[in-house]
Amino acid sequence: MSEYVKEVHGHKLKEGEDIKFSTCYMCACRCGIMVHLENDKIRYIQGNPDHPVNQGVLCAKGSAGLMKQISPARITRPLLRKEGTERGAGEWEEISWERVYDLLGARLKKIRETDPKKLAFFTGRDQMQALTATWAKQFGTPNFAAHGGFCSVNMATGMIYSIGGTGWEFGGPDWDRTKYLLMLGVAEDHDSNPFKIGIGKLKERGGKLVVVNPVQSGYGATADEWMPVRPGTDGALILGMIHVLIKNGLYDREFLATATNAAQLVVMDEGGEDEGLFWQEGAFTDNDRQVNYVWDENSGRPARFGTKGVKPALTGTFTAPDGKRVKPAFQLLAELALADYSPEKVSQITTLPAAQIERIALEMGIIARDEKVTLPIEWTDVYGVHHTSISGAPVSVHAMRGIAAHSNGFQTARALSTLMMCLGIIDRPGGFRHKPPYPRPIPPCPKPIDDPALIRPNTPLPNPELGFPTSPDNLLVNADGSPVRIDKAYSWEFPLTAHGMLQNVITNAYKGDPYEIDTLIIFMANMAWNSTMNTSGVLEMLTAKKPDGTYRIPFLVTSDAFFSEQVAYSDLVLPDTTYLERYDVISLLDRPISEFDAVVDSIRQPILPKPEGCEPFQETLIKLANRLGLQGFCDDHGTPLFKDYKDFIINFSPLPDKSIGFLSGWRGADGEDEIVGYPNPNQWEKYIENGCFYRLELEESHQWMRNLNQGYLNWAMDHKLIKYNEPIIMKIYSEQLQRFRLAAKGQRKGKQPATDAQKARLLKYFDPLPTWYPPLEDAMTDRTKYPIHAITQRPMPMYHAWDSQNAWLRQIIGQNFLYMNPILANKLGLANMDWVWVESTHGRKIRVQMKLTHAVQPDTVWTWNGIGKMAGAWNLSKDADEAKKGFLLNHVISEEIDNPEAPKERISNSDPITGQAGWYDLRVRIWKADEEGHWPQFEPLKRPAHIPPAATLLRYTSKTKGGN
Amino acid sequence: MSCQLALVIDLNKCVGCHACAVNCKSWNTSGQFGPLTEESPYGKEPDGVWFNRVQTYEVGVFPGVDVVHLPKSCMHCVDAPCVGVCPTGASHKRAEDGIVLVDYDECIGCKYCSWACPYGCREFDFHEGVMKKCTLCVDRIYDESLPEEMRKPACVIACPTGARIFGDVNDPASEAGRAILEKQGYQMMPESGANPANHYLPHRRSTYDIQSDRITVLRGAMATARPADGKPTIGYEDHSSTSG
Repeated sequence: MSEYVKEVHGHKLKEGEDIKFSTCYMCACRCGIMVHLENDKIRYIQGNPDHPVNQGVLCAKGSAGLMKQISPARITRPLLRKEGTERGAGEWEEISWERVYDLLGARLKKIRETDPKKLAFFTGRDQMQALTATWAKQFGTPNFAAHGGFCSVNMATGMIYSIGGTGWEFGGPDWDRTKYLLMLGVAEDHDSNPFKIGIGKLKERGGKLVVVNPVQSGYGATADEWMPVRPGTDGALILGMIHVLIKNGLYDREFLATATNAAQLVVMDEGGEDEGLFWQEGAFTDNDRQVNYVWDENSGRPARFGTKGVKPALTGTFTAPDGKRVKPAFQLLAELALADYSPEKVSQITTLPAAQIERIALEMGIIARDEKVTLPIEWTDVYGVHHTSISGAPVSVHAMRGIAAHSNGFQTARALSTLMMCLGIIDRPGGFRHKPPYPRPIPPCPKPIDDPALIRPNTPLPNPELGFPTSPDNLLVNADGSPVRIDKAYSWEFPLTAHGMLQNVITNAYKGDPYEIDTLIIFMANMAWNSTMNTSGVLEMLTAKKPDGTYRIPFLVTSDAFFSEQVAYSDLVLPDTTYLERYDVISLLDRPISEFDAVVDSIRQPILPKPEGCEPFQETLIKLANRLGLQGFCDDHGTPLFKDYKDFIINFSPLPDKSIGFLSGWRGADGEDEIVGYPNPNQWEKYIENGCFYRLELEESHQWMRNLNQGYLNWAMDHKLIKYNEPIIMKIYSEQLQRFRLAAKGQRKGKQPATDAQKARLLKYFDPLPTWYPPLEDAMTDRTKYPIHAITQRPMPMYHAWDSQNAWLRQIIGQNFLYMNPILANKLGLANMDWVWVESTHGRKIRVQMKLTHAVQPDTVWTWNGIGKMAGAWNLSKDADEAKKGFLLNHVISEEIDNPEAPKERISNSDPITGQAGWYDLRVRIWKADEEGHWPQFEPLKRPAHIPPAATLLRYTSKTKGGN
Repeated sequence: MSCQLALVIDLNKCVGCHACAVNCKSWNTSGQFGPLTEESPYGKEPDGVWFNRVQTYEVGVFPGVDVVHLPKSCMHCVDAPCVGVCPTGASHKRAEDGIVLVDYDECIGCKYCSWACPYGCREFDFHEGVMKKCTLCVDRIYDESLPEEMRKPACVIACPTGARIFGDVNDPASEAGRAILEKQGYQMMPESGANPANHYLPHRRSTYDIQSDRITVLRGAMATARPADGKPTIGYEDHSSTSG
């Protein structure tokens, strides 16, 4: 028809209308979107039906992207705190970008010339770590990380150190086949729409969803069975399930013996350098790539793992030819689980009925044993055996922050992985599936820098800041055993800190422990408010001064598009763009959006013009790198190699000799190469033509049992997804943890822990078998005085969405209550809607209003996280519900606890293995308040002068030009 | 029977994510029946016009409690009370597809319809002084400039769990009609007498039978079973023999 001027994706468009494709960024899920435009305004945001992630659907957050774009909290000028005014006072000088580069460039140059670690650069949920990490590495500071330390690093590392992959965008339930899903600690997930699509499929199939969570929120509403577990006890529950499986013989012997180290022989003799490590023939060796031994029941002697004709024993105690006593790892697991984790004992810990624990475990075990899902797919395993089919069982497991955000979460994630190994459901039909580039070697190869002498003026670091230690030698500590990083990551106290410890940066910088820094750059994290533990305390630290009147944290730089609390407490504010105004990549080098059966990455493209005065943070980083002459960004003479971010993405390669880059699609000069290939000058255009994503489907024989799939491993190595094509043998027993214990016992050469407290910590928590211990905060808590657990959940329409000024979403939830079971309320003499004081073991308290609910475990209270806002922030009115009726639990959570191994010392309130923040370990007491109204309240923030007052009425339509 | 377009909402799949409600906002605020006015959008007690809202209830007591999310929008009732009480004829039910609409030009904002609606699904726009409500995206479903698979209400397209079905509930061959029959679809509060066209599919427990007889048999067998050679294997060991 002539009235239409063009057709996009089947939509006929009139003059003034358009549709542009991009990738959502309203949360971390990163769905494909089609943005409909009319009169140069957003008409409608719709899910892209062709996109592998969301297949056309779109959640509440993605649907509310328009309200983010027209937010009244937009910052559009670089802001410098006025000389002589206080942080938080809201007195700003509007400056030019040229001045930003002069000022910040000079400051960073001086830091780099003298002591690069005086720059701490920490980012939030940015998902552009491939760029930010490269920048920090080339700058030469070890003080870089993103947000994983306060998010879910326990789930990530616990599973990666066990099965070579983890959940969310790295793996998940086989939604097309699973019929039984055990889900722990999940309210919503950052694989948001795929998870919802999957639950819809499970329900359509009549499958069963078992939800383990103290609160029946989020997906809990669709639970067929709810297990209201006591917070911090999921590990005991899972080990109880393993107990039931072992006791009833319901474990997959073949899978355990061939795909895991369950049959590998552990040295039992005490006192030697090989105690608790895998037995080796001949001289002592211990490295991550060695082949271990099993007990061959045919020959009655040890045989190399994977040897044909060998019948490995899973149980028993044996004497090796060298006289050493050895046991298969599975024997050790069975001893532990059978002795310590009976359903009756676990019932005491978790408050769940023993009969329910046993029944659920039996249900899973029986499905795994009896219900087969077989696909007629041919593949060849690493032992050279050709298979004509792949089979599995329709039972799967998924977990998230509820199990992770405890100081025992790493071991809980290890237990969860072990449960999956016992059931034999990893990368098999109906079970859990990896997503490329996972599985990767256990753990992935990159190691953090391990020598403080490598941190030198004007010198890039040789390795990335973050990586996966496998022994004490990978730690970044000084000769006296003290930490080198400002967040104390990779220290003896927090060895496997693969995501850093953002939660401690401000506290440590304030204390000057281990040293004072000069400049802190924060991107996409609201550390002055809801992204920090101990919010009131952190606000005091941000404004604390030295005796000479200067701030303890001298210079605070924040990049943000909106007027957040973090922005308000900064010295220099860099106005960022929104996700609809810039180029971005979702890269295989970072956190890709791959599917079970395909490598996927994607881009964003500018759909709307950026406001004058705003600049994408990516461009800012490139420009700063050019100013500083950082190698990699500039040649040896300091001449910039890339003119902007777009150019950088196409042409930069972290491994130039291998020709891989940030984007894997349409590589090579002609765009014909997949993943590996020379730069393609038209790569951005190819992505845009394809709806802004790239999908490379794996061949059918490469889609399953990838830990042992020779075809896949060869292909993945050829395509630089993994370094080796060796089998990725999963670990029910982690000799990598045992190495730390040996160091603590003085039985290992190399780096040695310095203090008794460090040694005690390693001995206690670095159990090579999955184990459960009470959260660390319990040790300093009088549990008769503080008997109640207090946790938070994030509401589904806001999960991982980080702006609170969204006019639509804030109408769904703009205030929060403290939710309490009537059983607890009766005990405490409290009634619905009472005002109560909540005091934590840390002596901090808040006054809030409570509401009764039956959907919570009776020893636990909870509230929504991140609803409460500081008055005036986000350009909300001073009496906005978020300021007056919303509150943060964060005020009573502490970022530090007494060190259980050295009670006079303070230590990060985090997992002693990974440094994951123990958000949900909190214990409180609650009593009726005489007064009403939330406490604490804060002085309203002053809006920067260039931001106009927010509208009091909003009637958005794209039918008319201009206005909102 | 004549055509009656409506929604069939599967409460067994609804996770309460509010995608339907917000995507509805996104489509309709710039649509033929927009804008969807927001009062106090950045202030105290924000209150906007929503064609679709999700309410959340608890059913039962701990531990046998269920959280149920209930998305609710105009039911496009067959005997719509809002139509009968409207003094100007602004509220009307279309003969051709049963959709209940409000003609904003005729509406005088008297709110009789909102008093009459048994389901609380009318949204008054204080700024314009007219009553607004779900139109089943009447400006999408017949729009030939859209690809055919997109001629559905925005809430249906957006819903991530596939909990929303759109179609002619009077046609037993339609997806909507079949879902009502096969999954025991029901009308909310049928005693209202309004004969609502929208239907709900019940929130229910999975009927997946995990061979419960095998669990019993297995446990019975465990008490006595011993391997032939008398030597315990791991599955049959008692605790004391392995914990030493």
